[in-house]
Formats: sequence, structure tokens, C-alpha cells
Amino acid sequence: MNQREKEEYLRDYSILKAQGKPFFPYAVAKDGAMAVVVMAIIITMSLVLGAELGSKANPTTTTYVPRPEWYFFFLFEVLRVVKPPSLVGLATIGVPTLCMVLLFLLPFYDRSPERRPERRPIATITGIAVIAAMAFLTYSGAAAGPPTTIETATPAAVKSAGSASLTEYEAGKKVVAQSGCLACHKIGENGNAGPGPDLTHIAARLPRQGIARTLVNPTAPMPSFKNLPPKKFTAIVNFLAQLK
Amino acid sequence: MPKLPKLPAPPLPPPLREPPPRPGESNGKGGPIEEAKAAGINVVDWVDERTSLSGAGRWLMFRKVPKGTNWFYTLGSATMFAFLSQAVTGVFLAMYYRPDPAGGAYESIRYVTNDVFLGQFVRGMHKWGSSVMVILIFLHMGRTFFFGAYKYPRELNWVIGVVLLILTMTMSFTGYLLPFDQRAYWATIVGVNINGTGPLLGPYLSDFLRGGSEFGATTLSRFYAIHMLLVPGALAALIGAHLYLVAKLGTTAPPWQKAEKRSELREAEV
Repeated sequence: MNQREKEEYLRDYSILKAQGKPFFPYAVAKDGAMAVVVMAIIITMSLVLGAELGSKANPTTTTYVPRPEWYFFFLFEVLRVVKPPSLVGLATIGVPTLCMVLLFLLPFYDRSPERRPERRPIATITGIAVIAAMAFLTYSGAAAGPPTTIETATPAAVKSAGSASLTEYEAGKKVVAQSGCLACHKIGENGNAGPGPDLTHIAARLPRQGIARTLVNPTAPMPSFKNLPPKKFTAIVNFLAQLK
Repeated sequence: MPKLPKLPAPPLPPPLREPPPRPGESNGKGGPIEEAKAAGINVVDWVDERTSLSGAGRWLMFRKVPKGTNWFYTLGSATMFAFLSQAVTGVFLAMYYRPDPAGGAYESIRYVTNDVFLGQFVRGMHKWGSSVMVILIFLHMGRTFFFGAYKYPRELNWVIGVVLLILTMTMSFTGYLLPFDQRAYWATIVGVNINGTGPLLGPYLSDFLRGGSEFGATTLSRFYAIHMLLVPGALAALIGAHLYLVAKLGTTAPPWQKAEKRSELREAEV
């Protein structure tokens, strides 16, 4: 905007303002009506949906699903979209930070005096695209609840090794299914593909010791499993070490 | 000595005279209603004489709002109202909350939810009020964006608004941990870990949030302090700045609204 456009805007605005109505009581009445609506919505939601409280936080338990509040789903979903581990930093902080910087500086790079949305096609289309992307990511985040059972064929090596090995395998499968692993990992056809790597053939890539080390000292954002009871921890490692 | 006749007193200068009765009021000493009214006016005058607040009040309340503003323009004040609701319900929750990770935090929230009169209702209002506030702040931002209301001369107010958005999201993130149930605990661990993967500042930020390299006893009190003191204070101050700029620069008119020239100017053109 150059000086002429600035002055033109201020002149037009002062005319519109002079023709307007005083803030009190006209705008205050509208704001007040809106406040009553907001209050009614909050009260209704509180009465209908309540405030449930889950079981007490317990670092040694395995039955949890690490899910954020729904309005953070879109940020979490970016992690699923961006797969390669080298780009995780980009997805977690890089993209959101870039978006925040672009949002901050919006009035400084969009300097045209035009205000009507249909005459600023780039801004309007970008805005609609961003809203659509956020809505889509929020929806897919909400839809991606982790399953709590794993249905895969037991490997032949486990079957042939006898019943002790089979019991061990089944026990591990149960712990893995209940530990929320599938929220971020895929095992066969079960679970979500990302942000974590596919575990279907994890034992082919990582030795038993490596799996145990990763569970204790994982790559962020995965939480550490070092506080699990040793029995459950061993069960997880046993199960994963069979996935070849 | 003969007594001199007493001269009539000279008339009082106007500022010292009794004010004439207001229209519609009975002359002389009024009834209790009039006295109460006068007392109210006196109190307001007393405060105004020492603060000059009435000018600011008039400036704020009787400024004009341009022609054509519609219901989209109530989204900002609705967001602020949601914030006020969060503040009030938050104060009531804080009366019972104990930031004790060893079990006190969870127990205090359990007590509020199950035993306190209307406790679950107030906690529900706080919990769902955060969703309402986030939705409203995004709608308000969308209105500002599509109507081009962030343009000259309101650039700075846009920047303050983006800071308010980030602070609101920070409130959501820090408040999520406080009930200290399973969901809160594990989601926050993952959230802090996500912060840690960021380039350069990431690891420092997550160490700061955790209060060390491990999620421990200090983490909860840190989140509590951020949620209850740091961010609400910043939010309130910045909402004040945001409102001041709105009042100073004026509410935008809808982009489609045409400014009609005043009739006397139009005639002069012909």
C-alpha cells in the first residue's frame, strides 16, 4: 500500500464510521447475545458430555493410548504424512513453525489494498485450502483409533518350536496390542502406518538386543518403556523378535 | 447612633449558586429516591474527579461502529467471553487442585469430579470451554483473514492476535496434563517428545518443559505454573492490548461496504 492508497482507505473508513451506529448499545447488544449463546453451548456440552477422568497416571502400565486433545490431531497427523525418519524434525517442528511464521508475517507480505475476498484469489484459495487440509487431518486423526487386538498368522518357526514358545508369543502379542503400540506402528494389517516405522518384519532389521534397547531409549516422539514390569517388557521383546 | 438600614446581600456569582432543580424533579429537598440518585452521582463524580475515567469510558463505549457490521463481528468478543468463562471456572478448580504428581493431583481432581457440589459440572465447563474457545478463536481469525481486516492500519493487531492464538494452544497443551490420569500423562510425554525433535531449540524446549531430561516430579508443577500464572497473565494483558487497538483503530467495515459520500459533497460535485 502506498501513501495514496492509505489515505484513500482512511478517508473511506472515516465516512463509513461516521455513518455507523454507536458501539453502546448496538454492538454491545449483539456481543451480549453471542455471549449468551456461547455460555449456553458450554453449559450444554458440560451437562451432556461431562468430564470423565481416566485411571490414575501410571508409568509402569501398558494400557494407554497417547492421544492429544482433538484440536491437536492435525499436528499429530502431519507426523503420519511425513514418513522418512530424517524428516521427522521437519514434520514436528519445521512445518508448524514455518506456518506460524507465515501467519505472523501475513500483513507484511500481503500488502495489496484490496480487501474483498473474491478479488484476492490467491489469499482466498490459500485460506480455504489450509482450512480443508486442517479439517481433513483432524478427521483422519480422529478416525485413527488404535486397535487393541492383533490378527496375524503365527510364524511357522514359532509353531514348530513347541507349545512353550507359542505361549510366549501369544503373551507378547497381547501386551503389544494393549500397549498402544498400534497407534503409531503397523504390524501386518493392524495399526496405523506412522509416525513410527512398520514393525511387520522388525526382527529382520533389528536384533533382539537392538529391539530391547530401542524400547528403553527410543527415538522421539516415542515414549520410553523402561518403567514396564520386567515380565511384560520381556514379553514385548520376545514377540517383536519373532517378527521376521 | 441610628441604625442604618441593612443593604440586601449582593447576588452570588453563578458558580456559587445552588444548581436549579433538574427537570422532572420536585423542587427543594427531594424524597429518598432523589437523595439516593444524588449520592450515586456524587460517588461517580468523586471517582471521576480523581481518575478522569469517564472520558475513557465514553471513548470506549460511544465510539461509532461502521455501517454494515454483522454477526461475524461478534466472534472476537465471543472468544474473550469464553476466556472469561475459563478464568472463572479455572479459579474454582484451583481452589481444590493440588499439583502433586505422587497422587495428590489425581486425587484432588477425582474429589472435584465425584464429591464436590457441582464439581463435575464446573470441570466439564472448563474442559469443554477450552474446545469452544479454540473453535471461536479460529473462526475469528478466519473472519479477519477473509475480510482482509489485517491490512493497514491493523497489522499490529493481527500479530497480537497470532500471539493470542499460540498462547491459547499453550493453555490447552499445559492444561491437558493437570488431571494426571493415564491419557494426560502419556499424551503429554509424547507431546513433549515431539517438541524435542525440533531443530536447534527443540531439545532445550522439552528439557525446560519437563524440568530436566526425565519426566518427573517437577514436570507437573512446571505445567501448573505455566497454566495458572504465566500464560493467563500474558493472555489477559495481550487481550487488553488487542482491545485497545480495536477501539483506537475502529472495527473494520465489511469489504463489500461502499463508502457513500456525504450529500453536501455530492451536490458540490454536480
